[in-house]
Amino acid sequence: MTRHMMCATPTAFPATKLMFTRILTSAVFAGAAAGLISALLLLVFVQPVLLHAELYETQELVHFGAEAVSAHPDIGGFDLQRDGQSILFQALIFVGYALVMIAFMSLAEMQGHVITARTGVIWGVAGFVAFHLAPGFSLAPEVPGAAHIDVGERQVWWWATAVAAGLALWLIAFGRSWVMWGAAIALLLAPHLIGAPQAESFAGPVPPELGALYAARALGVGLAGWALLGCFAGFFWHREGANPA
Amino acid sequence: MTTKTFETVQTGTGILPVVFAIILGLGIVAITGHVQASTLHDAAHDVRHANGFPCH
Repeated sequence: MTRHMMCATPTAFPATKLMFTRILTSAVFAGAAAGLISALLLLVFVQPVLLHAELYETQELVHFGAEAVSAHPDIGGFDLQRDGQSILFQALIFVGYALVMIAFMSLAEMQGHVITARTGVIWGVAGFVAFHLAPGFSLAPEVPGAAHIDVGERQVWWWATAVAAGLALWLIAFGRSWVMWGAAIALLLAPHLIGAPQAESFAGPVPPELGALYAARALGVGLAGWALLGCFAGFFWHREGANPA
Repeated sequence: MTTKTFETVQTGTGILPVVFAIILGLGIVAITGHVQASTLHDAAHDVRHANGFPCH
């Protein structure tokens, strides 16, 4: 018995380390690449709408004031510090998401499923549904200045919904009975039937046109970023497996 | 006793790195996207809104 343990210990821990190195390396490359592209898409399509909304939040512009307001104000250009921080944080968030997604990819691979750049796109879309679309279905991406209640309550609901949706998608993809698929449907519906914490009254100063455009753009860029993240994650995971360090 | 240790090591080979990666990943998302410390909040403000995190 003692001999078994002595044999197992040196082989097991390098395997564990190798596995973690493979997950970490794939996640850093995939997350940074998808995060940077996603950040550029955000700066082109989402940030101008946010900056426009901030003019109403700070009351530089007033909706339904005495005079009609131009829908095309000067919102400024690229801000090195502010937009630089956005690029950095978007890449960080995507590295975090990539770690989670690739960890689950490795679990699926252990069960015999093939992970490549092509199948990775489906993983990416599933990640988007779990972390962006499902929470956003009841807590829509909102412009600054929108009415809201305690951020802590909404964060708890956000996390619960994302975890429930992620688990549901795993059950839909890999479940083998109607019990599992039924549980998945319940997990997808429950957070929205229970309801997200919502404001008692509306007080947002931003025109609804901007709020709607912001939510649409945020979700659209989110889908693009996640699809790329899944594709890159599948690619790097597959490549790191073919050429272990 | 010794056999139990052997089995634990063998089982842990596949799962431990997966669990650790998930915790690390969710930790990064929580710190960058959800922690309300003002410096972090201000720096990550725009992407928090864009990624649909509750921000204010």
